[in-house]
Amino acid sequence: MRLLRIVPDNTKFDFMRFRRISFPISAMLSIVAILLYFFHGLNFGIDFVGGTLVEVQTKANPADLAKMRTTISGLKVGDFQLQEFGAPNDVLIRISEQPGGDQAQQAAIQKVRDALGDTVTYRRVEVVGPSVSTELLSYGTIGLVMAIVAILIYLWFRFEWQFALGAMIANVHDLVLTVGFMSLTHVDFDLTSIAALLTILGYSLNDTVVIYDRIREMLRRYKRMSMPDLLNASVNATLSRSIVTHLTVAMSLLALLLFGGQAIHSFTATMMFGVVLVGTYTSVFIASPILIYLGVGAGRMGEVEEPEPPPAVAAAPATVPAPARPAPPARRSRSRR
Amino acid sequence: MLFFTRWKAAAILLTALIVCLFMVPNFFPESTVGRWPAWAQRHIVLGLDLQGGSSLLLQVDTNSVRKERLQAVDEDVLRVLREARIPFTGRAVHNGAVEVHITRPNDVSTALSKLQALAQPMSGYLGSTGQRDLDVSEKDGLITLTPTDPAITERIRQAVDQSIEIIQRRVNELGLVEPSIQREGLDRILVQVPGLQDPTRLKDILGKTAKLDFRMVDLSMTPQQAEASHPPEDSELLDGQQQGEKYLVQKRILVSGADLVDAQAGFDSQTNQPVVNFRFNSSGAQRFAAATQANVGKPFAIVLDNKVISAPVIRTPILGGAGEISGNFTVQSANDLAILLRAGALPAPLTIVEERTVGPGLGQDSINAGEHAAYAGAALVIIFMLVTYGLFGLFANIAVAINVAMIFGVLSFLNATLTLPGIAGIVLTVGIAVDSNVLIYERIREEVRAGRSAINAIDAGFSRALATILDSNITTFIAAAVLFYIGTGPVRGFAVTLGVGILTTLFTAFTLTRLIVAYWVRWWRPRVVPI
Repeated sequence: MRLLRIVPDNTKFDFMRFRRISFPISAMLSIVAILLYFFHGLNFGIDFVGGTLVEVQTKANPADLAKMRTTISGLKVGDFQLQEFGAPNDVLIRISEQPGGDQAQQAAIQKVRDALGDTVTYRRVEVVGPSVSTELLSYGTIGLVMAIVAILIYLWFRFEWQFALGAMIANVHDLVLTVGFMSLTHVDFDLTSIAALLTILGYSLNDTVVIYDRIREMLRRYKRMSMPDLLNASVNATLSRSIVTHLTVAMSLLALLLFGGQAIHSFTATMMFGVVLVGTYTSVFIASPILIYLGVGAGRMGEVEEPEPPPAVAAAPATVPAPARPAPPARRSRSRR
Repeated sequence: MLFFTRWKAAAILLTALIVCLFMVPNFFPESTVGRWPAWAQRHIVLGLDLQGGSSLLLQVDTNSVRKERLQAVDEDVLRVLREARIPFTGRAVHNGAVEVHITRPNDVSTALSKLQALAQPMSGYLGSTGQRDLDVSEKDGLITLTPTDPAITERIRQAVDQSIEIIQRRVNELGLVEPSIQREGLDRILVQVPGLQDPTRLKDILGKTAKLDFRMVDLSMTPQQAEASHPPEDSELLDGQQQGEKYLVQKRILVSGADLVDAQAGFDSQTNQPVVNFRFNSSGAQRFAAATQANVGKPFAIVLDNKVISAPVIRTPILGGAGEISGNFTVQSANDLAILLRAGALPAPLTIVEERTVGPGLGQDSINAGEHAAYAGAALVIIFMLVTYGLFGLFANIAVAINVAMIFGVLSFLNATLTLPGIAGIVLTVGIAVDSNVLIYERIREEVRAGRSAINAIDAGFSRALATILDSNITTFIAAAVLFYIGTGPVRGFAVTLGVGILTTLFTAFTLTRLIVAYWVRWWRPRVVPI
């Protein structure tokens, strides 16, 4: 049975060559993302700015938004938004935080309930007061920072410091671009978004660590190969695994995106962007070449290298169809780039 | 890597089986499971976003706890100095402390030692902690008594514990199903009631402190006069139930609601209006009798949470310790007041700082969405693995299936809460669990390309890949751990499933996949690896 090979064996694509383009592009995109955050802003949900979120299903189908709007503005509860949400008789009402502390929020939701009365059934009600919202925001940010620091320390233990730093730069860059994406698409930024960011951090580190692990192994095996060549070899070797895994994760996320419903829509969209698009790109085009700039493997002159033959090679090769005996790697006499 | 002793293989399979068995109670209805022994009853709890219900986060007003403590200290200071007949001036509660100035310099040291005796030692788990609950200091004849921070913290903790008990009683009276009432942090309480659609009545009941006391009305001047000038030293102006109604009421409490032994809603025999009938315990009844005997013909005020709800005139002395509160009650409000009185007064006011209610419609939709996503995701991944890795893809699929079963098993064992983000976490874990197998297989392919024999390639594939699997999963686990720590509610559910998923993935990658492949190799003795 012929199995699906998405990535052909023994690819030798020169990824490192792109570092002179990928670094400036990434720097630019990061700046754009940061600018977007400050000027376009994030669509902070009530988890972080307080307020009331009510999802109602009106008995009248479709919902009479104009009438609801007048009813609610009559209640004098400050700024509010009404929008259709899914079905035509599903309405999402969002009321901004009331001045006057936690009790004022309760007063507001009671007014809304009284005003709308029997005309609606409540699918969901969420009221977050000022004390909780400020806490959630600070916990969220602290959490992100803590996670970054904790992972940095862990990587420092397992690899050398350049690897830890390289991974961190690459993955913080991931987070920055994802935040830019969230700003651009105006998705709801609430506690589940922080969950998405932390998961993206975890998974894209996953990716980076796999490549780093291979790089570390190659550094030990090929003591004189030049860094760009070595990095290319590592990335090419792990390419097949990376593509397959990203496809499976993408499939899971696609299922969630299509079937998971509105409630986790912003979460899955963010994850899709972060893990599949950005994560792959940074692991290959940022996290690996950055090691060169951090001085890993300095002093390698890029000489001709013959790999040690693998031990206990049997007479017959082991796959179907039987390939020819692997040829030794092409001798290169180009000096270190 | 491919060598498993019989014992090891048996141990691995047994562990997996036992963990999976914990999943079983979830499939049987409550009634059946209830008859099983306690250790077999652990099951997954559906979060409120899946089963519908209300969640209220209540904050205990710590300032009022502080204030009450300071008032108690204030009264103690008064008592001590009067008993010792030490003249003083300027007794005041100021800046979180009680201050008092001793008039005669000679008295200062006596006063100081007597007041220092008010400080109680604080006790911890192992006996006295050596700290006191009150700091008493003196400067130029001014003695300052400050409650210490640990003392206040301890009082807040006690207030929260007491509040939880009272909330429990109030909620039980409402007849709600299986409410969960837990402390959250230092000064908050989380009340979760599955199935509750409209928490308005619950919020009303929990929002009232329900401090009831009986005092005499002060007839020395009318409320309007008191408002214009100053109310007398030992009386205060209180609002009535109607708009603008005011009463001048003595501060001294004759009988307090703490002495109530029962309260029931009922109907007045003459007017047929809803009323609340109450009964005192013996000491309360005695005091009530004495008060009513001494004040026949005068009105007394029934004060609830600093509002006068009724001010009837005492016609005859009430010796039986029972009476009736009438006012503007509806049947429901009389019932609610009776509930509040029976359950007891809260030690400090509660404010609702967060409320989340999910209707059953949305809950069911979320469950359906979660299920569909899970099946779709699983199907895609299974097919993809089969197509890419053939037989080994089948092994990976089996390992992942057992992985998911184990996740459910562990969640059941922990009585964990499953939320919609939690289901998303499981779907994601499937995506990443496959990665461990992919790492192994790609490595095997490489070793084969490098020229190793079948068995050596498989062996090398496993050994080289496992270190990488460990590293990469640990980083995701750190992220999940942080998320668990900072998250609340549904997000925490996600962190739990993600974390548990990583642990089970590590277990299955290191053991199950290897075991399956090892036995296949032993049985099939392949010369080529079909990968």
